[in-house]
Amino acid sequence: MKVSEIVEKLDLKVYSGRKGLDREISGGYVSDLLSDVMGNAQEGEVWITLQVHQNVMAIASLKDLAAVILVNNLEPHENTVRHSDDENIPVLGTSLSTFEISGKLYQLLNQ
Amino acid sequence: MKLFFSIQGGDFTRAGHPSSEVKKVLKQLDIDGKTIKNIVIALYEAEVNVVAHAWRGTVSVEIDENKIIIVVEDEGPGIPDIEQAMQAGFSTASKKVREMGFGAGMGLPNMKKNTDELIIESEVGKGTKVKMINCF
Repeated sequence: MKVSEIVEKLDLKVYSGRKGLDREISGGYVSDLLSDVMGNAQEGEVWITLQVHQNVMAIASLKDLAAVILVNNLEPHENTVRHSDDENIPVLGTSLSTFEISGKLYQLLNQ
Repeated sequence: MKLFFSIQGGDFTRAGHPSSEVKKVLKQLDIDGKTIKNIVIALYEAEVNVVAHAWRGTVSVEIDENKIIIVVEDEGPGIPDIEQAMQAGFSTASKKVREMGFGAGMGLPNMKKNTDELIIESEVGKGTKVKMINCF
């Protein structure tokens, strides 16, 4: 499934990195601890988090993640947006909580 | 091949730059993907440690056909008890650093797990030198 499909099906907001919307998704990872994501997330996963600063993008890029979803209507910092556009890794947003969006994404990816 | 970078303590905006450059070079050298992933994880964690704890530091990278040697050296507070610092979950990070999602006590264990050899030397009040070796 492509990032653009989850944007449509989960009604996600696209903050940045639009050029990366055709990235293919391999799965998801949920964590707000950066070292946990660094150590355990896998290439192509969508990362669900409440962290909004630009180190999120450094990690997403180093780990070749497909996209980042910010929960609870949180918005990315300006330099997070810039980094996301440079790396073509979309930063997406939802009004839902981590629990709710994770459940929906899990269901969608395992249909 | 040799690469060199400097790191400024406290400057999280640049954290990940050396890792990103090293990743590019290793890809160009056609190094196995799993090995690149391991090296990038270990180097990123080492960078973040310098940014979060030290005043300034340097990253020296030496790549030959069989291995990569990365030395991350800083001027900083040093580590009083390296064995304790290696324990998963042990952290001395500030509140600010923890709020960013760093400082969960996973950095050094991540470095150990993702390198073939990890050597840490530290002097309290002076700084820390971390040497990481990964074989291709």
